[in-house]
Amino acid sequence: MTQFLQQIVNGMSLGSIYALIALGYTMVYGIIKLINFAHGDIYMLGSFVAYIVTTKLGVGFFPAMIGSMVFCGIMGVLIERVAYKPLRHATRISALITAMGVSYILEYTTQLVMGSEKKTYPVLLNNSTFQIGSVKVSTQQIYILVITIVMMIVLQYIIRHTKMGRAMRAVSVDENAAKLMGINVDTVISFTFLLGSALAGVAGILVGVYYNSINPLMGMTPGLKAFIAAVFGGIGSVPGAMIGGLFIGIAETMVIAYGSSLYKDAIVYVILILILIIKPEGLLGKNEREKV
Amino acid sequence: MSKKFLKVLLSSAMTVSMLAACGSGGGAGGSGSELAEGDTVKIGGNFELSGDVASYGTAESNAVELAIKMYNESEDAKYKLEYVSVDNKGDAAESTTAATKLIEEDQVAFIVGPATSGASIATYQVASDSSVPVISPSATQINATMNGDEVYPSAFRICFEDSYQGAAMAQYAAKDMGKKKAAVLAETSDYGQGLANQFIETFEANGGEVINSLKDGSYNAGDTDFNAILTKLSEKDFDVLYVAGYYGEAGLIIKQAREMGIDATIVGADGFDSTVLAQLAGKENLNDVFFTTAIASGAPTEAQEEFKKAYIEEYGEDALNMFSYLAYDSVMLGIQALEEAGATGPALQEALEKAEFDGLTGSFTFDETHTPVKSVLVIDAATNGAETNAEVTVK
Repeated sequence: MTQFLQQIVNGMSLGSIYALIALGYTMVYGIIKLINFAHGDIYMLGSFVAYIVTTKLGVGFFPAMIGSMVFCGIMGVLIERVAYKPLRHATRISALITAMGVSYILEYTTQLVMGSEKKTYPVLLNNSTFQIGSVKVSTQQIYILVITIVMMIVLQYIIRHTKMGRAMRAVSVDENAAKLMGINVDTVISFTFLLGSALAGVAGILVGVYYNSINPLMGMTPGLKAFIAAVFGGIGSVPGAMIGGLFIGIAETMVIAYGSSLYKDAIVYVILILILIIKPEGLLGKNEREKV
Repeated sequence: MSKKFLKVLLSSAMTVSMLAACGSGGGAGGSGSELAEGDTVKIGGNFELSGDVASYGTAESNAVELAIKMYNESEDAKYKLEYVSVDNKGDAAESTTAATKLIEEDQVAFIVGPATSGASIATYQVASDSSVPVISPSATQINATMNGDEVYPSAFRICFEDSYQGAAMAQYAAKDMGKKKAAVLAETSDYGQGLANQFIETFEANGGEVINSLKDGSYNAGDTDFNAILTKLSEKDFDVLYVAGYYGEAGLIIKQAREMGIDATIVGADGFDSTVLAQLAGKENLNDVFFTTAIASGAPTEAQEEFKKAYIEEYGEDALNMFSYLAYDSVMLGIQALEEAGATGPALQEALEKAEFDGLTGSFTFDETHTPVKSVLVIDAATNGAETNAEVTVK
């Protein structure tokens, strides 16, 4: 039982990271129906920005987090403007392929500038371990979970209760109708990229602090898993991304705990296949009819 | 490299050559030719100068070039050496072509390289057919030099086999450290699995018990979260944890294990040998961590120090790694055998088989599989390789 609870804790910290990345996928997909494969690399950029400002400028955790949020947000907007906007009315597959191209550009440019060697963070958050019953929890795990939940709530608030949020929802329902109602679609899409990428930046610094190891290709696998988390939770749904992320994290941990460590990646893809067969719209997704 | 070192090397080489009768040649293929003092001798370099593993190949090719330059500049150089280098692009087929070119066109006395096992194996048949020795600095794969049950007559390597370090660490842990129960974590690569399997076998042969199967203890290169697997292990009782992998993951395993309260001794192989290990694991977590390696990079010997200086002067710090030392030893071994034999072809091959070599990466002779029998150093990771704890030879 102790092991089970301990593994839940392990799974939740892993899952929180997936959830933060999944939010970006889900928002972008929700609004322009694009699977932004470069999103995992934005997360990687976030961890590198935080690495640079903490080691070179010596700032603390929260300023570094703001720094990487700002940088990633701007990068997200730039990427959208340069790479995706010209293709907005092209076939979906061209945008998808472009996203992969952007992903490679980000990965290998970072490798060129920063080198391919793994980088390590200075100690930014104190990491003491304490016991809750028989389960060990570290302060870093608490930070990760709390920051993720706070980000979620802020995001939900923006989407539900602000003018920009209402505009985002409108564009996601029908871009043309939104335009006719006087919504500046370009600004809304940029804003979506800004938000999603800033969240990936947060995930980036959290991973850097928690695992203490970053490298230019670190975005690939978590990016893919976060995408699956988004699909699982129902792509387009913000709470869905959160639930999906936590679920994938816990599933992965449980496979290692009670099965074989070799199947930990396989299980994630099995989940993807099952969800696509059984409930393609995801856990909290709406089953929309295809617009004609 | 000092002249003094070369002198010692050369004089010992000459003594041995006086004792050894001129090789009359075994093995099939080419006949080789006698050499006179002052002759120009070509040495081939068959390396991965481009492609995925270019960093290994380049580090080695540089070292070969440097060794030859240093030999030529030394006063007691018996021959004039010329280096011919070919890029095999890290591809097995290209590697065979490169070896054939070096043998047929350039008529080299021996070939150094390739760096990787696959590319090396691809050259052993053509080399053996014409009795031109190939000395691989780092073909660590198990049975790389074997052609079925027989060794390729022209294939030599100067590194340990992957499994050797696993056996050495298992023996050290069981016998010298007195460990009884081991847990094993291994990367899914040939390197990790080879090390781990051998560790398990030897540890059990020495009366120890391994508490988990490899199926439960494998991870992929690039993984960062080991909390789940470590939590699972921590449920059981063990006093030593063997991590068969490279520093990138091993550093994180050490960090996460210590933070979780696992205080068993953590041991590993030369994949640990990097300054990044301490950065990843955190200095405070590196207590009671040991690894096996060929070179104690933190405490270089005088000869290593001089080679390092010359190498950095020529190629810069970034290009220097363990592979450079191994490649340097490969050429020096070849030259030593060449001087002993005074001829190329089968005679040179025979001299290599009998060689007693004392190089930067240790002293050794070859066993019947043309793999060196040398002792493994056990290093305390906390000292960053500055302190050697023991030298282990597997019995």
